[in-house]
Amino acid sequence: MTDLLFLLEVSLAGLGSGALLSLTALAFVLIYKATRVINLAVGEILMLGSYLFFAFGAGMGLSVWLALPLAVAGGALTGAVVERGLIRPMLGESPISVFMVTVGLGSVLIGLVELIWGTDPRSLPPFIANTPVFLGEAYVSRKILVAFLVAGAVMAAFMLLFRYWRGGVALRATATDQAAAYSCGINVPGVFSAAWTVGCGIAAGAGVLLGAIGGISPSMGVFGLSALVVVIVGGLDSILGALIGGLALGLIQSWAGTYLGGEYQSVVTFGLLIVALMVRPYGLFGTHEIERL
Amino acid sequence: MIIGTAKETYRADAALLTTQPQRVWMAIFLAALLALPFVLDAYWLYLVCLAMINVGAATGLNILTGYTGLVSLGQAAFMAVGAYTVAWLERELGTPMLVNLTAAGGVAAAVGVLVGIPSLRVKGLYLAIATIAASFILHFVFVHWVPVTGGASGINVPPATFFGVELVTYFRLYWVILPVTALMVLGAANLFRTRIGRAFIAVRDRDISAEVLGIPLLRYKLMSFGIASFYAGVSGGLWAYFFRVVTPESFPLLASIFLLAAIIVGGMGTILGGIIGAIFMTLAPEMLRFVVEWVSPWVPGAGTLLSPLRTVVFGAMIVGFLVFEPQGIAEIVARVRRYFRLWPFRT
Repeated sequence: MTDLLFLLEVSLAGLGSGALLSLTALAFVLIYKATRVINLAVGEILMLGSYLFFAFGAGMGLSVWLALPLAVAGGALTGAVVERGLIRPMLGESPISVFMVTVGLGSVLIGLVELIWGTDPRSLPPFIANTPVFLGEAYVSRKILVAFLVAGAVMAAFMLLFRYWRGGVALRATATDQAAAYSCGINVPGVFSAAWTVGCGIAAGAGVLLGAIGGISPSMGVFGLSALVVVIVGGLDSILGALIGGLALGLIQSWAGTYLGGEYQSVVTFGLLIVALMVRPYGLFGTHEIERL
Repeated sequence: MIIGTAKETYRADAALLTTQPQRVWMAIFLAALLALPFVLDAYWLYLVCLAMINVGAATGLNILTGYTGLVSLGQAAFMAVGAYTVAWLERELGTPMLVNLTAAGGVAAAVGVLVGIPSLRVKGLYLAIATIAASFILHFVFVHWVPVTGGASGINVPPATFFGVELVTYFRLYWVILPVTALMVLGAANLFRTRIGRAFIAVRDRDISAEVLGIPLLRYKLMSFGIASFYAGVSGGLWAYFFRVVTPESFPLLASIFLLAAIIVGGMGTILGGIIGAIFMTLAPEMLRFVVEWVSPWVPGAGTLLSPLRTVVFGAMIVGFLVFEPQGIAEIVARVRRYFRLWPFRT
């Protein structure tokens, strides 16, 4: 019976970190849907968000409830500036070039963070209590539960926004056909900016949650690679795929980490990625694009 | 001003160097390469050797990415395969250096073909991500296949011997690295005068059209992966002899990004681009060291800023070149050449 309880606890922890993966994957999906850019710098924006939170919360001594929106706004601002400054001029270039721009951007962000805050790992000011929560008999860390609830709420909000809000519909229209959307009077460049702003804001928020659980360091952007696996497996343009893929990958990583050993996490993650690419390159829920000559 | 070059034979038309100035400059360049180790001190010789090792790997990646259009972020992992092959052969069998380097290329090529299999199903960004995944899996193998790779602490490589001469100084290593790299670059340049190289270019320009023309995509894509990985393997082998220790952390994902950045900065799809890009990307961060030393009297603690500054400059160079000079340095060189060729008439 204890084995089963242990499995349950491991699974719950996995779902919690999976929710964070989903949230980060949502940032990938938003940006990809609108601009067809895979933004590898999402991981670094996430790191930047957590450091901004650290600066506002611990450095300037602001209340965490003020620091959190400021960190999200800082990430969003970075996204907006990057979109206008770097991505817009690259419009029409090959996807690889734009991808490499975001890789370079990630390197710049890491360097800047190291310049300002140094390379040592730090811990965020505590804003979630350490006392554990018991669901039935299973023990769950409160931080992971909070992260799960926040991520779930944000994902649900975005699903509803895409379905019913005009801006969400505009984004879906842009994703389907940019020229047609433009001719219907949708402000496509505006959609581009909005997607980058919101996407990077989400990534910064996910960074704060991730930092609260595991501490922050300039190399925490690697988390973005796991989220990238989620979006490839789930489908690059599907929010549902990001949600399910994130939770599934969180579970699998948690199981692999517990039953095989922590070092197997990355090999299982990337093995899954290769299998997914071989079997369904467009993802579980993604749109299957037909190549025209 | 050169009005034109009258070519009377097909041989002349397909030659690597077509004009007299090109031949003169190439001769000057080769003479400079031969003179370099006699005038440079150990630190600069170290940098030149490192740059040449990177030239080999970047040229290989250029064959794959620049000429065949298959983007790979796994080139450094193939270098690691080559480095480990050399280290293992030196430790277990003690075979001669040239045999080891060839074996390094061969093993890396085999792994490369294996990693290239997803390229039949996916392309573009998806392939880049698949190669990232492959390099993480290879990293896992390096850490955990302890009997062969020595685990996290890696393998120490004894100095290479060449006909009884121990290659311990950079001066001696230079005379191994230079001919091997030169041979690899020459091989790449000649590859694109052959049927295989032309097929690679056809695959890059439009793979479906290439298949219609009778180019089997399966064979040529895997061949391109194999050749690129062979180059990476040999360069990795040289790297192992150069640094004399191979660990799983020697070739991180960042090294793959570095190589891809090198061919982007240099100019994709040109042999010259791979060479210039690798040299530029190796030396530019070192130039930063001099800048930091120069400002250190005024800026306290400037030494600790060096590493983050390098990271920033590295990223900024990738972004800057892609936004402002997407064809890379090779295009700048071509522009300069054009200027002189048309000089009095068009300025």
